[in-house]
Amino acid sequence: MTGTSAYEPAGVSKVGRARARYSIRLWSVRHARFLEVIYNTFAKAMLRLHPLWNAIGYHRVERPVVVVEKGVKALLFDCRMCGQCVLSSTGMSCPMNCPKGLRNGPCGGVRADGNCEVEPDMPCVWVQAWAGSRLMRAGDAIEAVQPPVDHSLWNTSSWLRVTAKAAESKS
Amino acid sequence: MTGDVHPADPGEVLEPLPGHSSQGRLERILRRGEFAVTAELNPPDSADPQEVYDRGAVFDGWVDGINATDGSGANCHMSSVGICALLTRVGYAPVMQISCRDRNRIAIQGDVLGAAAMGVSNILCLTGDGVQAGDQPGAKPVFDFDCMSLLETIRIMRDEGRLLSGRRLTAPPHVFLGAAANPFAPPYDFRPLRLAKKIEAGAQFAQTQYCFDLTMLRAYMDRVRDMGLDEKCFILVGVGPLASARAARWIRANVPGIHIPDAVISRLEGAEKQKQEGKRLCIELIQEIQDIPGVAGIHVMAYRQEELVAEIVHESGVLKGRRPWKKEPKPGDLFVAEAVAEIVAGAEDAVEPA
Repeated sequence: MTGTSAYEPAGVSKVGRARARYSIRLWSVRHARFLEVIYNTFAKAMLRLHPLWNAIGYHRVERPVVVVEKGVKALLFDCRMCGQCVLSSTGMSCPMNCPKGLRNGPCGGVRADGNCEVEPDMPCVWVQAWAGSRLMRAGDAIEAVQPPVDHSLWNTSSWLRVTAKAAESKS
Repeated sequence: MTGDVHPADPGEVLEPLPGHSSQGRLERILRRGEFAVTAELNPPDSADPQEVYDRGAVFDGWVDGINATDGSGANCHMSSVGICALLTRVGYAPVMQISCRDRNRIAIQGDVLGAAAMGVSNILCLTGDGVQAGDQPGAKPVFDFDCMSLLETIRIMRDEGRLLSGRRLTAPPHVFLGAAANPFAPPYDFRPLRLAKKIEAGAQFAQTQYCFDLTMLRAYMDRVRDMGLDEKCFILVGVGPLASARAARWIRANVPGIHIPDAVISRLEGAEKQKQEGKRLCIELIQEIQDIPGVAGIHVMAYRQEELVAEIVHESGVLKGRRPWKKEPKPGDLFVAEAVAEIVAGAEDAVEPA
């Protein structure tokens, strides 16, 4: 089955896909509670820096922030930079790694061993998400219905968008 | 009893009823508390409408809704919107399946309007199988929506009378919205929550994956009832006859999301006539399923054994004597046929124009 779909897991070559490739992603899910605390602290810091971002101009900081965000999140979550991050609602398991891009829960094709229908070697992103969410304090956010992906936001910074929004609602 | 009697012309819709979202028969049957039966039509690889009529006719008088699949298993067949449009011409109540795999949000919203205009009253929102499962694995998987956002979008179109963009519709699509549920795939404890999400997004009925494991279904339904979901959503449990032990093994190995316990396979293997045994097993399952509280009906998927559906429904006794809508010749039909015959007969004597 491997290699028969147009879908490609992030950073994995079409040949020789191995479960080991997913080990960091799975570590992040196992440490979802820890990452939740880290992210909440980080989001607060970003918000505190809002005047700075504003002074420089959000559009000017966008590019360097995207580089950093992509580096960090690609390492930890195999992030695809959809620009509308929902990791906090999905147990720190990135739903954009689902071959069907599901953002609201697992499809009906999950294998009995908990692996993906499309990528038989890959643990289902949503089985992981459910496990991760059970570890998080705000894990029940997984029950909220997520809107469809806005495809115009790809490769933009979710961090800056969240910060700008939080600053806006604060003022 | 006149509630679901179709007007003389199948093109006409039923009278709207208060509290109903659609003017279709399926919603009426369910809201009246009857045990509903739906069946899946095997879509033809053809451009001939007669093939759709023939495939629909085997269910005539036995089901309350006919599901038209949308490239199920990622295999290409006649489109669900086309099949539904043909079925509504006869007067059948199609359940149009929409999968998110092949079309983006612009195409899907357009199809919903088109289908509703053709008289489609029921839409089942699905994510869809991955392209790798089908006959054209090189296809681009679209998945612009997921089934949840698809449900929400159609609900917005119907209840708020606008497209996702906010643009107003002059007439909203009056459709009864359904979703799929699979109680038989992991993560098992998330499955009831997922149904709750689908209900929140707009699902009014749910059709489940094939059920071959009653213990699993009962555990799922216990959770569903505890959460009160059976009161917000009509749950139709998927069933179907297995043709043979070999077929069952193949399905288990190759079709993702279908759980067949070993006991089922060994029972088929031990039988003299495996096809008969598969049918009997299906009937027994239906009889057990109909007694599970919270189950509102069954969805019969008899792939390539569609001719068995009528027998299965009849022999299981789930309709309790009720006869679903049947295509009857219209009172005028005979008169028209006679008149046409007369004209044809008279044509022989007609004077040839010079």
